[in-house]
Amino acid sequence: MHGEDGLKERTSYGAGRHGAWLVSLLVATGCMVLPAIGLAAESTAAGPTEYRDIPYIGSRNLIWIVAQLHLLLAGFVLGVPIFAWLCEIIAWKSGEQRYDKLAKEFTKLLTSSYATTALFGGILLFLLIVFYPKLMNYLTDIFFPSFLLYCLLFLFETATLYLYWYGWDAMQEGGKKTLHIFLGFLLNFFAIFIMIVPNAWATFQSSPVVISEGTAIERAWAATWNPTWWPINIHRLIANVVLGGYICGAYAGVRYLAAKTAADREHYDWMGYVGNFIGVFGLLALPFAGYWLMREIYQYNQQMGITLMGGFLSWLFIIQAMLIGVLFLGSNYYFWLGITYRIPGSESQYRKPILWMLISLLLCLAVWMTPHSLVASIEEAQKMGGAHHPLLGVLGVMSAKMTVSNLMILITFMSFVMYWRAGKQDTAPWARLAKAVMGAILALASIAVIILGVWGYFVPAIVRINYFSTSQVAIVIFVILTITPLTALLLKSAKTTTEMVWGRMPPRAGYALVLNAVMVILLMALMGYARSSSRVHWHVYGVMRDTSPYAYSPALGSASLIMVFCTFFFCLLVAFIFWVATMGDKAKGAQGAVKRDLPHGIPAMAGGAPERREA
Amino acid sequence: MGRALIRPIVIMGAMYAFLKFVLPNIPGSAEIPASLIILYLLLTLSGIIIFETLSAESKDAFWGPMQRFLTGENIGGLQPLRYGILVLFPVLVGWQTYNATAPSDSPPAENRVIHPAPPGEYTGLANPVPKTPENIMQGKGFYAAFCSPCHGANFDGKGPAARGYNPPPANFADPTTIAMLQESYLFWRIKKGGVGLPIEGMPWKSAMPRWELELPDEWIWKIIMGEYDGAHQTPRTWE
Repeated sequence: MHGEDGLKERTSYGAGRHGAWLVSLLVATGCMVLPAIGLAAESTAAGPTEYRDIPYIGSRNLIWIVAQLHLLLAGFVLGVPIFAWLCEIIAWKSGEQRYDKLAKEFTKLLTSSYATTALFGGILLFLLIVFYPKLMNYLTDIFFPSFLLYCLLFLFETATLYLYWYGWDAMQEGGKKTLHIFLGFLLNFFAIFIMIVPNAWATFQSSPVVISEGTAIERAWAATWNPTWWPINIHRLIANVVLGGYICGAYAGVRYLAAKTAADREHYDWMGYVGNFIGVFGLLALPFAGYWLMREIYQYNQQMGITLMGGFLSWLFIIQAMLIGVLFLGSNYYFWLGITYRIPGSESQYRKPILWMLISLLLCLAVWMTPHSLVASIEEAQKMGGAHHPLLGVLGVMSAKMTVSNLMILITFMSFVMYWRAGKQDTAPWARLAKAVMGAILALASIAVIILGVWGYFVPAIVRINYFSTSQVAIVIFVILTITPLTALLLKSAKTTTEMVWGRMPPRAGYALVLNAVMVILLMALMGYARSSSRVHWHVYGVMRDTSPYAYSPALGSASLIMVFCTFFFCLLVAFIFWVATMGDKAKGAQGAVKRDLPHGIPAMAGGAPERREA
Repeated sequence: MGRALIRPIVIMGAMYAFLKFVLPNIPGSAEIPASLIILYLLLTLSGIIIFETLSAESKDAFWGPMQRFLTGENIGGLQPLRYGILVLFPVLVGWQTYNATAPSDSPPAENRVIHPAPPGEYTGLANPVPKTPENIMQGKGFYAAFCSPCHGANFDGKGPAARGYNPPPANFADPTTIAMLQESYLFWRIKKGGVGLPIEGMPWKSAMPRWELELPDEWIWKIIMGEYDGAHQTPRTWE
């Protein structure tokens, strides 16, 4: 009773003291709720509600932001299991436990992000039902069989992820480890299907295939297998790996900058290297997938292709070139810093090759960033004889862009090979011949890529697209597939002259990792806008017209504000998730420090984090 | 100032001079717009920063003099210059703000969409006229009569009337113009002309006549064939 009285007293005291605040808060909340009236205002008595709106921010912007955040989170959640699982396999096969620790750390980030991704997915679904009921009715009518499949996949994915994460320590030995590896496979299997099923819904909106006959499953299947479904599947799969790699790299970069012990510095330096490597590995393949996607779009509908590449979205691709350029430069910069800092004494040996690589990268980037139609004042345009520069205008079309993107991939690959070989001396008798062969392959491949690029101006577009561009890609893949095993063979018998020292990278290396992550997030936000805007005023291209007040494409300038907001908010969200995920480690670390202070020590708790080595 | 600091300044100066004075004077070239010069200079600057910060030594040699100058550490007689820089920065910002906001009689730089997307009804149209030598010749004849005054007898955009137009007529011999487009696109542009440009094609700066008022569709298709043949280009196709 006494306690109850006390509670009442405290409540009445509190109410008296904070009464004014409470009233103000209630009034403010009331004012904030007022716009909700607008939600109902859109409905009409004549027929079913087609759209609802929300004041100030607008329904389209809200959907845009939530969808973009959901996609970014989903990209991370679906990309990370791929390389977490691969790291676990490497540890399992090679016995190097640091890979297992790394895989576990990646998965820890995954578990904490998974719930947030699902949360944003749920919010997106509710918002779509609220704001776009007509569109959602239409899509549900076509896709309801795959909606059900998606729910099932989600259940399987969640169960597998929990088993994979919580069973990590319990399934470390013998057959249990094999089972754990199999769980990792299942996790990725379900994750890929979780990605490609909703991809069908999104790509259907861009390139719909509608059949009126057949069963519900037949209609859903026809709509699923639309012209841009597989190009998007492949493009997103690779992009998710890139996003996951760079975000893990940024996480490692931040932890590296904050590390207080030498052991932590070593670990996070190495983790940053692995994250960057994964990002670059995916980045090398991404332009090929993007090119294929764009080709399919162009072939599906000339109007959509021109809207993207030659019409009002064409300047978007110059921004894309800038972001990809920064990503390439940032990744190479990190490799080069690795050579000079992790391999003592190698700076003088590699400074000149690095300079040439840098100059080549910048030249390629200059070509990629040169627009076909230039932004010019009236006087400048008159002097040029139009918006196209008579000399530099030729750099603005696909033949030039495709050539330099292939060259940049080759340069970045060689950057990695240089890093791989640094600090080692070949001992194999055939080493000289192998190096000559590799040099010749690289030189001939580069020349061939350039010749095909120049020749591309003098042949019909279809010959360039179907034969020249694909040949350029094939040449680059051939270089990667021949030089990688040759280098691996050479290094098998090579003598290590300088041991790699981890944990000595300067702070700017950590910042470079963060920059790469921000660039890839911005890039995904930009391309999300491109994919959506290419439909112009259609919900479902050519089938269901957008009749809402938002049936227009926002200009690139105003769209960039939303993209930047999404990027900023996503970074905050990821930082928060990672902070929560690592809170336990810090507590355990502090506990470990206290334990070490005790002269006799205390028994370790089951499941506790391993002790960290002191500096 | 160390050599490591002078070198970047020289490189930036040389790059600017190359873009501003050398490249425009190469035969067949023209002045480069300021937007592109800035883009290339930014790339050069980022390259310099990347290279000079690759190792601790090069970073110190590059950044050290700047840091010492800005912090005033042992700079002796350069102290007044340091204060000068302190004053110069706000002045530069003010000047830039003034330039950006002051009324001017020159029109703003424009980013015109040269190839807006065609309306849906024109996409995927195939040329119904057979590609026979007679039809191509006839198309060239129509071209000579209706198009060459602006687009030129050599299909290079240098017809006798071309000088009167801004922007100038398209140069079909340039492999980056009609070779990138399907025949149906040209059909739309010839038929509807400048007045038929969609919203995204604003500010609708095109003096192209609306030829549908004067020419039958068949003639337009023949003109397209004649243009491609005369300019030694082939239309974009998917087969």
